[in-house]
Amino acid sequence: MALLELRNVSKEFGAIRALNDVSFTIKPGEIVGLMGDNGAGKSTLVKIMSGIYQPTGGELLFGGERAHIHSPGEARRLGIETVYQDLALADNLTASANIFLGRELKYGFGPFKLLRHRAMNARAVELFAELKSETRADDLVRQMSGGQRQAVAIARTRLTDARLILMDEPTAAISVRQVAEVLGLIHRLRDAGIAVILISHRMPDVFAVCERVIVMRRGSKVADKPIAGSSPEEVTALITGALEAA
Amino acid sequence: MADTVQGFSNVRRTRFWQRGFFASQTAYVLLALVVLVFAMSLASGNFLSPGNISNIVRNFSFIAIATLGITLVIITGGIDLSVGSTMALSATTTSLTMVGLTAAGFYPFPGSQLILALIAGFGTAAIIGFANGFAIAKLKLSPFVTTLGSLSIVRGLTYVATQGRGTAPTGPDKALFLAITSGQVGGIPVSFLYLVVLAVLMWLVLNHTAWGRHVYAIGGNEAAGRLTGVPVDRVKIQVYVLCSLAAGFNGIIISGWLGSAPANLAQAYELTIIAAAVIGGANLAGGVGGAAGAIIGCILIEVIRNGLVLARVDPYWQQTLVGCIIVAAVLVDRFRSLRSG
Repeated sequence: MALLELRNVSKEFGAIRALNDVSFTIKPGEIVGLMGDNGAGKSTLVKIMSGIYQPTGGELLFGGERAHIHSPGEARRLGIETVYQDLALADNLTASANIFLGRELKYGFGPFKLLRHRAMNARAVELFAELKSETRADDLVRQMSGGQRQAVAIARTRLTDARLILMDEPTAAISVRQVAEVLGLIHRLRDAGIAVILISHRMPDVFAVCERVIVMRRGSKVADKPIAGSSPEEVTALITGALEAA
Repeated sequence: MADTVQGFSNVRRTRFWQRGFFASQTAYVLLALVVLVFAMSLASGNFLSPGNISNIVRNFSFIAIATLGITLVIITGGIDLSVGSTMALSATTTSLTMVGLTAAGFYPFPGSQLILALIAGFGTAAIIGFANGFAIAKLKLSPFVTTLGSLSIVRGLTYVATQGRGTAPTGPDKALFLAITSGQVGGIPVSFLYLVVLAVLMWLVLNHTAWGRHVYAIGGNEAAGRLTGVPVDRVKIQVYVLCSLAAGFNGIIISGWLGSAPANLAQAYELTIIAAAVIGGANLAGGVGGAAGAIIGCILIEVIRNGLVLARVDPYWQQTLVGCIIVAAVLVDRFRSLRSG
């Protein structure tokens, strides 16, 4: 059964039609690449799946049931986590504060709840160890490298049992070695049964880890096929419009 | 520890004096304050006399509670220019309520007039804060312009309500009112005790509750806060309400010490209050600040003012010097951050 299904999803911003009848399904544990040029509608699609935008037409089904994802919090409750392109980190807070932002661990009664600093730090250390990242839980994000920031953003998605992780350009700002680490991490997520949608400009990344690729152009889906049956050349042609559809 | 689990081959741990409190602007300003106090005590024998210390303590308490409040706003990356006006209107409302209840002969039990007057005073402050917060968080107006508007609106209302005259608290609860605002407990001004309690509370809330962490997160990256499920708008409105309540409380205390609430009470105080917060390490860009810094900033301004008087320096130099201190404090912080990249 499909984990997530989009049926004829459309999104209009005033006169601009950013998404045009987009339909696809994601199965549990599947890694799907989402590709397209700037303005093709990738980010809009991600924002609809993560609850930031509401579609103006069509519907979303999660686990076979119609889902109304009104907010990022709602998406998270369903089990959809997102790694945003700009990483959505507060520079002035520590790594562990960022990981737990909005869902801090607390103790106490009623409205008087204090933070469990140690428990949160310990969990953050575990997560970074899992990700094999040289990131300290109590360092400020301001002092971190691109790869460490990426690790913080990804660690955040591992706090709860996510079923689908959306990654918006996770390899855009990091070093070659760190790219390999992020791709390795995506494999580990799949082994744990978690589906991943990888939004990327980088053809090699998509061909290295994805099982299927969805190509968007001008708000419409122009291709949805197994990686094995495609090639970087074909995908490039689909993105630019040299090839109409496949 | 993390260090043993993973190999941090080329990532050196920063030393303790390079992070946390020791690396903050607040720490530098505290050091400057200690040096200043030492220099003053050498320059003038009267500086450390009990009378003068009590003088300083009372004077800085006049702006310190409002500074705690505005520090919260500044941490979220906002600003509240209406604190001075809020101090005046809250104090005026409190006095007018006491006057009105006395004229109406309403006095069911001892203290009742005072309680109602304080509810009116704090209620006024809360309404101003909510209006500011709502306009800024929900209507997305700029904090500077919004509170510049309310600075004028609230000051205007104070003049309208009093016809430009001062109002003195009167009636059977007057003595009680003066005791809780300008009295002393064991030789310590009661306003200073309020300040200490509120500062400890603020430190606790900022550092050990989720709400406090959200306040910092909004100042650091508001968009990130929204994406991670922080109730950004609600926290912002709460912060402006708290700031106004602190200002109102401070205004009521001043009116108790003066024995009346003149319509021009706390005129232009917002600038001193913002200066104190900034000197103490609150960053107007948001994300940085704390209760200790707010108080240290207030003490520094008052010590300079007091010291200049004792040293018989022309008091007109005072403002110039406070201005220099603001720039110096921010400069030191700038050089430090340049050095550490």
